[in-house]
Amino acid sequence: MVNKTVASAADAVADIYDGATILIGGFGEAGSPIELIHALIDQGAKDLTVVSNNTGSGQVGLAALIANRQVRKMICSFPKSANSVVFPELYTRGEIELELVPQGTLAERIRCGGAGIPAFYTPTSVNTPLAEGKEIRHFNGNPYVMEYAIRGDFALVKSLKADRYGNLVYHKTARNFNPVMCTAATTTIVQAKHLVEVGSLDPETVITPGIFVQRVLEVTHPMEESVLVAENRRYPWNR
Amino acid sequence: MAEVAQKVAADIPDASYVNLGIGIPEMVAGFVPEGRELIYHTENGLLGMGPTPVPGHEDPELINAGKKCVTAIPGASFFHHADSFMMIRGGHIDYCVLGAFQVSQEGDLANWSTGETNAIPAVGGAMDLVAGVKNIFVITQHTTKTGEPKIVQQCTYPLTGKQVVTRIYTNYAIIDIRDKKLYIRELAPGIEMEFLQQVTGAPLHQD
Repeated sequence: MVNKTVASAADAVADIYDGATILIGGFGEAGSPIELIHALIDQGAKDLTVVSNNTGSGQVGLAALIANRQVRKMICSFPKSANSVVFPELYTRGEIELELVPQGTLAERIRCGGAGIPAFYTPTSVNTPLAEGKEIRHFNGNPYVMEYAIRGDFALVKSLKADRYGNLVYHKTARNFNPVMCTAATTTIVQAKHLVEVGSLDPETVITPGIFVQRVLEVTHPMEESVLVAENRRYPWNR
Repeated sequence: MAEVAQKVAADIPDASYVNLGIGIPEMVAGFVPEGRELIYHTENGLLGMGPTPVPGHEDPELINAGKKCVTAIPGASFFHHADSFMMIRGGHIDYCVLGAFQVSQEGDLANWSTGETNAIPAVGGAMDLVAGVKNIFVITQHTTKTGEPKIVQQCTYPLTGKQVVTRIYTNYAIIDIRDKKLYIRELAPGIEMEFLQQVTGAPLHQD
């Protein structure tokens, strides 16, 4: 029997180890798996490399993971947003590494990681500082930059619905990086708002086929990052 | 800058697919000229982005590239990031409207880093957009807050792309970039040519 469901957020992230590379879905708060991130804070794995478009906001979710000094390096396209304080402070003090990647290159590096393609050439970032030190090759007379694929040891993903096979459906622009990240990690861990019966998702509308997913946790009432930030909440709650 | 954003929308042909960047470009979504269908793309996975929702109808999972709540028009579609940037890099988007720190007379754009040691660089999708979209419009204040020209001979900030901008919309003028030169297309009401040249860091030309 195929059953990828897990009983708790703690179970879902229990084997994440020090030094792991973790892909974390989301664009700002949309699609960010905040309950799984908080479970990872409780779990305590350190020295992590995190791949995520942003660096979180306030003192919850990804920002709290960074504040808890579990992240050695961020790979992202846009590390500052309104209300992002934790990463900028640590970065300015030289206490966290940053690999800045153009957003489309980030998406494609992850896609290639999932597709078994080790590297690719892109026109993005040609003639800019982000191409410095990288191989340039010309095709049809135009320059392209070589970029390497990204794979994760783990991916933390948020979806709207999931079944026990790991088939996923997302919600509006909360889809963003989540589907490509599912494909590019050794262990993909999903928090879904609704765990549904096998057969109830229309196969024509499944966005992530279950083959890309290893664990599914139902989180019926996910917290909203912006609400927590507005209330000045901080994770762990008792700090 | 709302009037300027309206000018940008007015210059985009019917049935175009248009990407809007963060900041002032977001305002363009509020203006679809009468009788035209413009399909707005936002890089975080929505084609058919509509205006700001009415208060009380915001959905934090329906946002634009600037992470502000938006709406989806009838006929909209959602997709993941790799598909979104396939649209961008693959040349499927007709127009892109971006903000700028600096634009050079040759069309070089700088809009992601001031290059200062303590600054946090943030590139987002800008480099992919200038690499993949043919018509790159910039909408910006004509000068910095301290009155320095943002339109310059050569960018001093790190580049987003080289020779990519085709037109600049500011609070003072609309300027075309052709053959590595700046051509005035339209002056804002009350703006004189002499003044415009004073606040522009590169020679202006007229057809």
